[in-house]
Amino acid sequence: MGEIKFMKGNEALAEAAIRAGMQGYFGYPITPQSEVVEYLAMEEPKHNYVLIQAESEVASVNMVYGAAAAGARTMTTTSSPGFSLMQEGVSYIACAELPCLFVNVVRGGPGLGTIQASQGDYFQAVKGGGHGDYHLIVLAPNSVQEMVDHCVLGFELADKYRTPVLLLADGSIGQMMEKVVLPDPIPYKPNKPWATTGKNPDRQRNLITSLYIQSEQMEAKNNILQEKYRQITENEIRYEEYNLADAEVVISAFGVTSRVCKKVVDLGRAEGLKVGILRPITLWPFPVKKFEELANQDRVKFFISVEMNVGQMVEDIRLNVNGKKPVYFYGRQGGIIPTPEEILAAVKSHLK
Amino acid sequence: MKEGYEVIYKRPKTLLNTRMHYCPGCFHATVHKLLMEVVEEMGIQDKTVGVCPVGCSVFAYDYMDIDMQEAAHGRAAAVATAVKRMLPDRFVFSYQGDGDLAAIGTAETIHACNRGENFTFIFINNGIYGMTGGQMAPTTLEGQKTTTSPHGRDASKVGMPLKMAELVSTLDRVAYVERVSCNSPANARKTKQAIRKAFEIQAKKLGTTFIEVASNCPSGWKCTPVESLNWLKDKAIPYFPLGVFKEPPKE
Repeated sequence: MGEIKFMKGNEALAEAAIRAGMQGYFGYPITPQSEVVEYLAMEEPKHNYVLIQAESEVASVNMVYGAAAAGARTMTTTSSPGFSLMQEGVSYIACAELPCLFVNVVRGGPGLGTIQASQGDYFQAVKGGGHGDYHLIVLAPNSVQEMVDHCVLGFELADKYRTPVLLLADGSIGQMMEKVVLPDPIPYKPNKPWATTGKNPDRQRNLITSLYIQSEQMEAKNNILQEKYRQITENEIRYEEYNLADAEVVISAFGVTSRVCKKVVDLGRAEGLKVGILRPITLWPFPVKKFEELANQDRVKFFISVEMNVGQMVEDIRLNVNGKKPVYFYGRQGGIIPTPEEILAAVKSHLK
Repeated sequence: MKEGYEVIYKRPKTLLNTRMHYCPGCFHATVHKLLMEVVEEMGIQDKTVGVCPVGCSVFAYDYMDIDMQEAAHGRAAAVATAVKRMLPDRFVFSYQGDGDLAAIGTAETIHACNRGENFTFIFINNGIYGMTGGQMAPTTLEGQKTTTSPHGRDASKVGMPLKMAELVSTLDRVAYVERVSCNSPANARKTKQAIRKAFEIQAKKLGTTFIEVASNCPSGWKCTPVESLNWLKDKAIPYFPLGVFKEPPKE
């Protein structure tokens, strides 16, 4: 059974990566995620992974490209401005179909912003960020435990679909300390016949590229990617329900706000309000059918999306509710985590 | 083969038998062949991983029968760094032009060299952006006309051409730096010797190896291949002198 520890989110993530058999880490310090590279640097002598503190996030993401293309289990971690810098590489990695793990411990923006927790990078995470038609599998942990669990899951999904996976965390999860159950070290044996490891005489040369200069080939590549995204959408949607069975008000929240909203539900239920939570765990693929299903329930009066931004996931909820029910929004910005009381007040304001 | 004759010039098996897209007279084709001859002669086809750039040689992987990766513009040094770190017993090279290595990718180049990454840079310096149609490069000579310096490079506005071989040779963990050219059969042979020497130093894990090829671009320079050789001899090489800038101490 796993080892139980009291750990900071960023450090738990780093420990989980080691236990998941991570072979190459490339990163650049940025608050509030620098503990990841610091932890890996401290632990490095005990393990066999490659660790480079790169000269920039631009270099980091391209080192991930090279390592992934060479067949390694590889990752980088950063925070919002750093992930913006990486977007060119993210797009290349998606097109070249390289399995790897990105972690964005989100801070408040836009611009240099604040180092406090935020969820302002939802659009960047699920709508692209980089250029072209691609998706990342986006996992949104809401606890230190899920930083660990999603790290392991993220590496597995990346290999399963040959695709980049993003953990969209936030500064509060990265910095908070909680009890965590760590997995036993997983023996990782890569099976990547496509990797560029040196051309043996018995095979054709392997090529990792995102260049398809002929229009027909570029379209064909897009079709391959879209078919992969269709399979991921079919198989990998994850969400959590909390008191939804009889809920008349559906609160939706991801990451750390989903935990605040549990308190909102408990407070509301104590007052007799039938409130529940639908928490997307995969932000892409989005739990489309579950939102559609709830929108079709007569008892559901409205949806309210609670986010630490000015309203981003709420757009996806509106798309899937498709006008069948009102969809409201409540959010705070600038690194402010909304309190249960203010969220409950927002919920009640729509019940009048 | 006719009796009494012997083959003295042939395509290396590591170079694919396909038509190249390079313009007539361009050194890319020559350097591709020399590089693949070295891979064949050292018997390291199964141990070599190349990283190609964005620029005219973006399609280098269409010609080299080895495992290759296509890097984003300027990032070949970061990509090659990771490949070599993950596969330390392989021979890794980046093949980059001047816009790629000395403009958009300067940070990656300098830091890979400063870390002493054990791969080989093949740096094709032709003083111009060939693929995008002949714009000014960081290595365009003072006074040289390009589409974005139509009145000649004005050093008071854009500085002097970057001497990358000289620059990286100042870094402690860089093991071997040589600037070569292919403007004569003798110099082409020296280029091949330099590539081989770089790979041998790489095998000994002595540090970064950096081969700069003073190269040409007849199309971008708007001249004939022969005129491009004259320009190299009379203008480019005097500013970018050939020779060894750094090498490991003799054993």
